[in-house]
Amino acid sequence: MSLLNGGKSARTGFEQANREALYSVGLALIYMAWWYFTSYGAGEIDTSEYSYILGFPSWFFLSCIAGYLIFSAMAFLMVHFLFREISLDGDDQEPKKGVK
Amino acid sequence: MNSPDLLILLPLFLYLILVYGLAFYSNRILSKAGNFIEEYFIGSRGMGGFVLAMTLVATYTSASSFVGGPGVAYKMGLGWILLSMVQLPAAWLTLGVLGKRFAIVARRIDAVTVNDFLRERYKSKAVVILASTSLIVFFIAAMVAQFIGGARLFEGVTGLSYNTGLIVFAVTVIIYTTVGGFRAVALTDAVQGCVMIAGTTALLFGVISLGGGVEQIISDMRDIDPALITPFGPDNFISKPFIMSFWVLVCFGVIGLPHTAVRCFGYRDSRSMHRAIVISTLVVGFLMLGMHLCGAFGRVIVPGLEVGDMIMPKLIVTVLPPVFAGLFLAGPLAAIMSTIDSQLIMASAAIVKDLYLNYIRPGDLSNSRTVEKDRSVRKLSFWVTSIVGIIVFAASFNPPDLIVWINLFAFGGLQAGFLWPLVLGLYWEKANAAGAFASMVAGISSYFYFMIFVKRFLGMHVIVPTLLIALLVFIVVSLFTFREEDRMSEIFRKG
Repeated sequence: MSLLNGGKSARTGFEQANREALYSVGLALIYMAWWYFTSYGAGEIDTSEYSYILGFPSWFFLSCIAGYLIFSAMAFLMVHFLFREISLDGDDQEPKKGVK
Repeated sequence: MNSPDLLILLPLFLYLILVYGLAFYSNRILSKAGNFIEEYFIGSRGMGGFVLAMTLVATYTSASSFVGGPGVAYKMGLGWILLSMVQLPAAWLTLGVLGKRFAIVARRIDAVTVNDFLRERYKSKAVVILASTSLIVFFIAAMVAQFIGGARLFEGVTGLSYNTGLIVFAVTVIIYTTVGGFRAVALTDAVQGCVMIAGTTALLFGVISLGGGVEQIISDMRDIDPALITPFGPDNFISKPFIMSFWVLVCFGVIGLPHTAVRCFGYRDSRSMHRAIVISTLVVGFLMLGMHLCGAFGRVIVPGLEVGDMIMPKLIVTVLPPVFAGLFLAGPLAAIMSTIDSQLIMASAAIVKDLYLNYIRPGDLSNSRTVEKDRSVRKLSFWVTSIVGIIVFAASFNPPDLIVWINLFAFGGLQAGFLWPLVLGLYWEKANAAGAFASMVAGISSYFYFMIFVKRFLGMHVIVPTLLIALLVFIVVSLFTFREEDRMSEIFRKG
């Protein structure tokens, strides 16, 4: 429904929150795929045939080091472009005092 | 004691002073707080992005990430690091899936604990009592494991006795948690997070330079055993079904851990949550990668070690100059303390808020609050927190061997009990009390059964069949017993 009117504002807080939950699971699944295919794709061969990147076996570099950097960046992009700021307090907008 | 020991102890000592300082700062805020319960158990929902991120990191990283895990990486090589990196999405998953909906609902119903949420959602005494008691039991088991890990490490690095380590360590955690409540827990978590980052960086740098660079270390590892640089480890220990099941245990299942979930309604606003997702993903990834690399590379630096838990202390002493060793020691101690503190405050909340105030003395919670009642709740909270801490401390004097597994026992048990009641309670309209109760009983008991008698299920960690059983039981029982008045109320649905 919110797709039809393309409305950013038409979506309620819960609808937005539900979407964000799906995006989060989606990104985790994409990371899982990356992790799986890089590690076993380049690591499931005899060690004598291993190639290396910066001294690490390629499978390890791609899955653990590059995967870490890429998906930290993806998490930033997800939050920046897909998540929205919504009020958590509903109608009463009293500012909360907080931990710095 | 000779002088290098003093140098090791110096940074540790400074660090402990800082922690005490934060506790007393929190206590001052606490004494001015209008709503004692909300301040003591959830810090008045005031966490900003950085503190939220660090406190989440602190709950994911524990003795197992700093002592047990790297110890296993020493034996298993790079494959174990691959396994540890499964945890990377944990922050965005827990914050994203429980999400803003959880935070909004918690505010509407004034939830201070996870059990408050379950109580309002399922309106069932049985669910709350089962949830509270299993939380208390599992947290006590987990805290014992953490204390043991901390004391071992202390013993290994400083050369002081296990009992001395345990005492210094336990007294600190118990005091600051009791005195400062959730706010002290969150603030010390933030400091501890920074200490962990510094410690990991120092050790990793030390290990790589002592080993002659990455290329050299990898080739030395290959000479020891080629399996160390494969994803599978020696004897194919890290088989595919085994490692894939860790996606459930330390990644998706983490959503159901009550001490993680409570943080998902303790933050100030949407922006805090967004920042926390980014920061904690970066930090968790760095700590997992860094610590486990140290363990795996340690095989080359200090070869021939047998007891898993002694590997990290040995490595620290070998690699780092004394002052840095002290700084590093503070890192894992911080990880351990920050896990214990959050479990301690929640165990206390379960006893005071979920059991005592709800069912034994409901009058103390009602609107007719008097100064006298308020004071008795304060007193009770302080006492309960410190007594639970002391019980755990006493249980830690006679320690069993490999702490990773003990820790995973409580970890999985909590997931088996809490994951579905939380997630389905939040998103499924027909989830009802009978379903939640049956699922908790089935989940926890089948987890115990599998852990003790089956060990691995089709090559997987037993958390996988456990959570499937718990899910099935939840859905089937809910559908069969559903009545229209069970339907999720508007408080949980509209917004």
